[in-house]
Amino acid sequence: MSSSNPLRDPADRRLPRIAGPSGLVIFGVTGDLSRKKLMPAVYDLANRGLLPPGFSLVGFARREWQHEDFAAEVHDAVKEHARTPFREEVWQQLIQGMRFVQGTFDDDDAFERLRGTIDELDKAQGTGGNFAFYLSVPPRSFPVVIKQLKKHGLADQTGGSWRRAVIEKPFGHDLKSAEELNKVVHEVFAPDQVFRIDHYLGKETVQNILALRFANTMFEPIWNRSFVDHIQITMAEDIGIGGRAGYYDGIGAARDVIQNHLLQLMALTAMEEPASFDADALAAEKTKVLGAVRLPADLGRDTVRGQYAPGWQGGEKAVGYLQEEGINAQSKTDTYAAIKVEVDNRRWAGVPFYLRTGKRLGRRVTEIAVVFQRAPHSPFDHTATEELGKNAIVIRVQPDEGVTVRFGSKVPGTSMEIRDVSMDFAYGESFTESSPEAYERLILDVLLGDSNLFPRTEEVELSWQILDPIEEYWDQNGKPAQYPSGTWGPVEADEMLERDGRSWRRP
Amino acid sequence: MKIDLTDTTASKINKALVKGRRAIGTPAVGMVLTLVIVTDEENAYDALKAANDASREHPSRTLVVIKRVSRTPRDRTQSRLDAEVRLGADAGTGETVVLRLYGEIADHAQSVVLPLLLPDAPVVVWWPVNAPLDPANDPLGALAQRRVTDTYAAEQPVRELTSRADTYTPGDTDLSWTRITPWRSMLAAALDQVTCRVEAVEVEGEEFNPSCELLAMWLADRLDVPVKRSLSDGPGLTAVRMATDTGQIVLDRADGSLATLSIQGQPDRAVALKRRETAELIAEELRRLDPDDTYASALRFGVERLNPSVSESPFPEPAPKGPAPKGEDVEVAAEAPAPEAAAEAPVTDPADPAKKAAAK
Repeated sequence: MSSSNPLRDPADRRLPRIAGPSGLVIFGVTGDLSRKKLMPAVYDLANRGLLPPGFSLVGFARREWQHEDFAAEVHDAVKEHARTPFREEVWQQLIQGMRFVQGTFDDDDAFERLRGTIDELDKAQGTGGNFAFYLSVPPRSFPVVIKQLKKHGLADQTGGSWRRAVIEKPFGHDLKSAEELNKVVHEVFAPDQVFRIDHYLGKETVQNILALRFANTMFEPIWNRSFVDHIQITMAEDIGIGGRAGYYDGIGAARDVIQNHLLQLMALTAMEEPASFDADALAAEKTKVLGAVRLPADLGRDTVRGQYAPGWQGGEKAVGYLQEEGINAQSKTDTYAAIKVEVDNRRWAGVPFYLRTGKRLGRRVTEIAVVFQRAPHSPFDHTATEELGKNAIVIRVQPDEGVTVRFGSKVPGTSMEIRDVSMDFAYGESFTESSPEAYERLILDVLLGDSNLFPRTEEVELSWQILDPIEEYWDQNGKPAQYPSGTWGPVEADEMLERDGRSWRRP
Repeated sequence: MKIDLTDTTASKINKALVKGRRAIGTPAVGMVLTLVIVTDEENAYDALKAANDASREHPSRTLVVIKRVSRTPRDRTQSRLDAEVRLGADAGTGETVVLRLYGEIADHAQSVVLPLLLPDAPVVVWWPVNAPLDPANDPLGALAQRRVTDTYAAEQPVRELTSRADTYTPGDTDLSWTRITPWRSMLAAALDQVTCRVEAVEVEGEEFNPSCELLAMWLADRLDVPVKRSLSDGPGLTAVRMATDTGQIVLDRADGSLATLSIQGQPDRAVALKRRETAELIAEELRRLDPDDTYASALRFGVERLNPSVSESPFPEPAPKGPAPKGEDVEVAAEAPAPEAAAEAPVTDPADPAKKAAAK
């Protein structure tokens, strides 16, 4: 429709991409994610003028709420968590389209009421039948909700309107369950109408990986095996499992983080240049590189898993994983996982990618470090370069988003002495202090139908293909190493890199 | 921190900047552009405040060029440069240098500004008031990729639009144009909602507000239909009415903050459309530094082509009260002899409305 709109002009760069007439239905609207991320993101989008007039927000949950209670809840969530200042007129615009539907996921009446609400909104708010269903629900409820949507005709796209499903991780817990889940979802929603949220991909820094690599000339020529020694991708959390024992036990760090976030970050770091920046071209390159991933021959030697033991984390006493409430003292679930993989293609042959993630580590940080080889020949004598490490480009995903380049520089003084220095680009310093939250970007993309930043079915399945053999090996051999809370993981992980003559970066 | 320099030079200012940065412990420079504000003492405070707020989004080096008025012949022959260097908490997120130019040097401001520009980074010049008639050929404007003027602050805004169109050079822009981005975006969104052909448009807003003319010209340019500009008491823009083959589309904002969007056959909807602060406008202006072709195209449409023959207008003429139809007004204005640099006249000239009234 917008292509024929005479007021739209690609050259008119001031006009923002506003979503067309549409609404968002959130299942599990009383949950933490919804309160802390989704509702504030919707408000921030409205505040930035990116939502269409008449945008509607429908909450679906078990709680006995009236529309007003729901609006009051959203109001509180927005006041507390929104990024942009609260403005009454924006709120007035949003509140007109807010509805609440009370019910459980197996309650047919509730879904009929939901359908009635959507029809009513089409009339009252002009949403044009376009609705996205955000499933912020536990994995076991996925199939139920999806089937209910189908049963009550809520997934039917009629007369040019769209219906989309937004699902959160985990996308299964192994290849088989992922395939089953995909089957359930795709029976109801067409593959291009299913949006899998990996909120990491909505982050500015992650999108900047592509800009850094493909918009510049100075990085890409050295982004290969001739110059790169190895790549480390780290996602560390300082918190424990909190109250998520039920979800976490049996899943573990590798399934929770490596399978989605880290392999996605790796795909973006390692992939070839896409033909264009559209969803298909991007997915094609990411799929190619994930398909080329090769696991080490000896999984016992090149993978490590651990569990946090009691210790002190940042000045606070922390209990060990096995002592957490609700965790079986014999649990073999990993809270730390480090794996080495290689990418079998011309660009990366022989360059190891080390991926690690863990809970209760030193501090919360996510980063990609591309570590370069040493200069093949140095005219300086050994003592001059004693303190010189390997050059590195570090992409800091969070917190303090930015890019650091490490290289050697002469220490001022008379003798020749070369030491590592870093050159820093910080997002907060060069651009807006508050870049949009990942969820803002992703919700807007869902409403616009833009699937660039969402992993596809093939990518999810390929990631499980990479991880499944490791999980199987871990299941049958040994048990997790223990590491004191507040450190950078088990000694075994350090030894794993030492065997290759390398060491982990302290992030 | 603040460093005051009296009777100084650009190189001393540069030294003070380096010294100041070392003193506050942030030697790294993450600034993305240089913003030059050319203004008089009276408007400097507000402009600088807006720029500092905007610098939260775009860390920049802000150079405020204040040309001091020389009141005696002796003043005019003596020239002096005073500077105030502000860093850290006193300067938003970037650094600010307030330059006061006395005497002859006031005519050679570019010689002070040039050495103080950030290397490689883009330069934006903003005249909050008294913009030159041809910004691109102004010695300071020539240093910049982007030249921001504000016809709203001009004595005769509508006539100024015409002269802006005559001298338009890629990179020119007008805060009056920036002000209407939310309107344009909402109108575009409204046309996303219905498939229709627009037949005529009416833009209603207060007098002497060039944003109304710019919006009207943009609509006329894009839609290729007759556009009528009518008057109201404001604040600012108050309504846009589009007659289409499927009925009227009206965006009405009576109170300057919450608007109503009515589309025939659809329920009325409230949309937030608040008038924005100068800081927000400057922040938007700094977001893109490439030439704004849409602005150029709307501006060049020409004020005089608004309000074509009213005979077929679907919008009823309001009962004649007060001002005559705008079309006549513009014609008269165009015929009047161009005053010496209208922009240089003091802003509060009470004579002008009277002159206009007399012309009618």
